[in-house]
Amino acid sequence: MGPLYPQELLSSEYNLLIGFLIGIGFGFILEAAGFTSTRKLAGVFYGYDATVIKVFFTAALTALVGLFILHFMGWIDITATFFPKTYWIPTLIGGAIMGAGFIIGGFCPGTSVAAAATGKIDAMVFVVGVIIGIFGFIFTFDLWEGIRKAGNMGVVNVTEWLGINEGVFIFIFIVIAAITFVVFQRWQDYWKEKMSKEDIDELGI
Amino acid sequence: MNTQIKNKYINPYVAGVIMGLLIIVAYYFSGEGLGASGGYRDVAIGAIETVAPTYAENNVYVAPHVGNDHSPTHSWLVYEILGAIFGAIISAALFGRLKFSIGKAPHITNKKRLILALIGGAFWGIGSQLGRGCTSGLVLSGIAVNSLSGYIGLMSIFGFGFIFAFIFKKLWIKTVKK
Repeated sequence: MGPLYPQELLSSEYNLLIGFLIGIGFGFILEAAGFTSTRKLAGVFYGYDATVIKVFFTAALTALVGLFILHFMGWIDITATFFPKTYWIPTLIGGAIMGAGFIIGGFCPGTSVAAAATGKIDAMVFVVGVIIGIFGFIFTFDLWEGIRKAGNMGVVNVTEWLGINEGVFIFIFIVIAAITFVVFQRWQDYWKEKMSKEDIDELGI
Repeated sequence: MNTQIKNKYINPYVAGVIMGLLIIVAYYFSGEGLGASGGYRDVAIGAIETVAPTYAENNVYVAPHVGNDHSPTHSWLVYEILGAIFGAIISAALFGRLKFSIGKAPHITNKKRLILALIGGAFWGIGSQLGRGCTSGLVLSGIAVNSLSGYIGLMSIFGFGFIFAFIFKKLWIKTVKK
């Protein structure tokens, strides 16, 4: 029964090797789907490119449903995995800072690694920025410590928190995702009529 | 403008399913979700530990990570990111996109783009450490296990993202008057 490594059913070396192999898949998909293009990423927020939202929600949904089934079948113990605790205050504030960083910088940390690797100079600079930000955070941690520990809710499963059945929750998620896909596709179609051929070719839409 | 060939990207739904399956595999074998900012953090902490070991032991944020499996050579996330670098290069080579360039909206100068990329990156560095993860580790992997934190992260990053997108519209959209 999974997860294997946390239950010592997998050696540390193999665990890291699996991390490396999964990383290869992750990087490949990020590039192949267009996540190394800062314009495609920004397109989410202006509606001219629906790609990122489709990939992102499909990935979340696939993982959510897949892990739900594995858990239901008794093949994985979710509680033994990396199950993050919820600190709602720092996550909300941090999210706002990251939202600003997304628009100003045009990447997020994962996409910038893939983009920098494939020669995007703006992504290389972004990576340097992230490292500066992390060092800045560490060196000024005294200022952040109070906020970072605030709003500790412990391990919270969203369905338990909402008090609804997990199956119902997944169904609602699927409906919301489907509506989102349709809305963003229409938004992209609207833009596409007004865009130049160069823009459309660059975005590959 | 020189004639450029249309970029070819794989179907977004197929890409999403594969990415979701990778998350499931990661959880099944390693008990980890996909992540990015955590890997950056482990590298930064490893660097501090090497350069200033005494400081590392005394810094409240760094100290808990000193000497355990978060050191860069034992960090799952660092290996995953190294893999992602290879994976991205392989894909870019296959699709003919492996070249030096600066991605930006056409009306933005290179200088402006690079300065903003640096600032935006720094925002992510701070935000991800405060918010306990980024789009990958906090949101995507959080949602995968139905953690409330993932949904708060999703709404916060994208919700505020849309607000800032409105404020900084000129960075990405050229407003043309007809």
